[in-house]
Amino acid sequence: MIRVILPFHLRTLAHTEAEVMLDVAPPVTQRAVLDALEARYPMLCGAIRDHDTKQRRAFLRFFACEEDLSHESPDAPLPEAVASGKEPLIVIGAIAGG
Amino acid sequence: MASVRVLVGTRKGAFILASDGKRRKWDISGPHFAGWEMYHLKGSPADRDRVYASQTSGWFGQIIQRSDDGGKTWHQPGTPAGQPPEPGPPKSASNKFAYDSAAAALTTHQWYDGTQHPWEFKRVWHLEPSLTDPDTVYAGVEDAAIFRSTDGGQNWQELPGLRGHGTGPKWQPGAGGMCLHTIILDPSNPQRMWIAISAAGAFRTDDGGKNWKPINRGLKSQHIPDPNAEVGHCVHHIAMNSQRPGVLFMQKHWDVMRSDDAGDNWTEVSGNLPTDFGFAIDVHAHEPETIYVLPIKSDSEHFVHEGKLRVFRSKTGGNEWEPLTKGLPQKDCYVNVLRDAMAVDSLDKCGIYFGTTGGQVYASADAGDGWNPIVRDLPAVLSVEVQTLK
Repeated sequence: MIRVILPFHLRTLAHTEAEVMLDVAPPVTQRAVLDALEARYPMLCGAIRDHDTKQRRAFLRFFACEEDLSHESPDAPLPEAVASGKEPLIVIGAIAGG
Repeated sequence: MASVRVLVGTRKGAFILASDGKRRKWDISGPHFAGWEMYHLKGSPADRDRVYASQTSGWFGQIIQRSDDGGKTWHQPGTPAGQPPEPGPPKSASNKFAYDSAAAALTTHQWYDGTQHPWEFKRVWHLEPSLTDPDTVYAGVEDAAIFRSTDGGQNWQELPGLRGHGTGPKWQPGAGGMCLHTIILDPSNPQRMWIAISAAGAFRTDDGGKNWKPINRGLKSQHIPDPNAEVGHCVHHIAMNSQRPGVLFMQKHWDVMRSDDAGDNWTEVSGNLPTDFGFAIDVHAHEPETIYVLPIKSDSEHFVHEGKLRVFRSKTGGNEWEPLTKGLPQKDCYVNVLRDAMAVDSLDKCGIYFGTTGGQVYASADAGDGWNPIVRDLPAVLSVEVQTLK
């Protein structure tokens, strides 16, 4: 199972806890995880990435294994620790504004 | 027994204020959608329990919320109300606002520095439910365009004739962005509606939204090269009394204006106002020549004039204005009142409501003669709407 941690506002939008567990068939990529996340929580469509272009929203970042994966290709394999469920993929709001 | 429901959108959530017809004691519920910017909430004239809300965030984008029980519970249209989401493919596209680039090419508009900039969807500023069908609702968005849903907010389609008018390269953002913030439906003619854009001006359709024409003759704006241009004016808000469709009152960036011919021609009615800059304007529910504005000091100093929170009322359709101050702070007050943050109910006497960037919501149950705060310490108020429940 893939673990994904959502920021507060997306939790409330999806009526879920901070961490969600998803079944994702290999290869485990950003795109595959987000597809699975949106399939399970349709109200998150458009809230993490654009409906059509699937580009990450500008003020959101993807962290995992103490690395910023925001600018990695969405089709690149995620770290093995994420694919195995040892570490979560963290969706987090960038610190913007004030 | 009549009652009222005041729908308040703030920078950090939505609140619903309810009272009986006396409008003295209020029940306050909220925050709904705590932490989110709630740009606008509005109830359906055709179904008192149907309320639409625009929930938005720079981080997470646009969400449309709907209540079918007067604001007690909410759901995203297309997603089951109050239930955990079901597994399966996405069911809700209620937050999808895609410009219709097939019908009207996605052109550019003027950027702050005068260069051209592509159209980009940012948020919904205003929701206007149909006068007759609870499932039909219009949305005014940034970057400026108008969308319509006919399935209760689940799916949205642009009315591309407006953006495709051809003057888009001359439209430009105001300080708050290039927003379509005003939508007025004509109760006497379902084919006619008016919209306003900062900073493009006012437009009207007479064929249900297929074609639009700019209606800005008489407006003068010094911030554009040609002060009398067809488009480019920073219209802040327009109000109309539904008993007299076609007579419109406008708060422009500077200048209060009126039109007696459905917007074809405008004349200035600022008269003796201490400053004619402002955002909010509304019309008495039963007296079509009684109008209300809330003057703001200037476009550089977005707070009320002289530290006094004063609503100005004209009973003569403009030009002659009286300050309404009873119950409002008359010193050391430096709040703003935004364009969608004033509303009227249709009780007798007419109730007037407005919310401030300081988080106060004031109400008058006697057409503006006296005021009381319903609540004092909300987040900055973005919008105020009223439902009169008879």
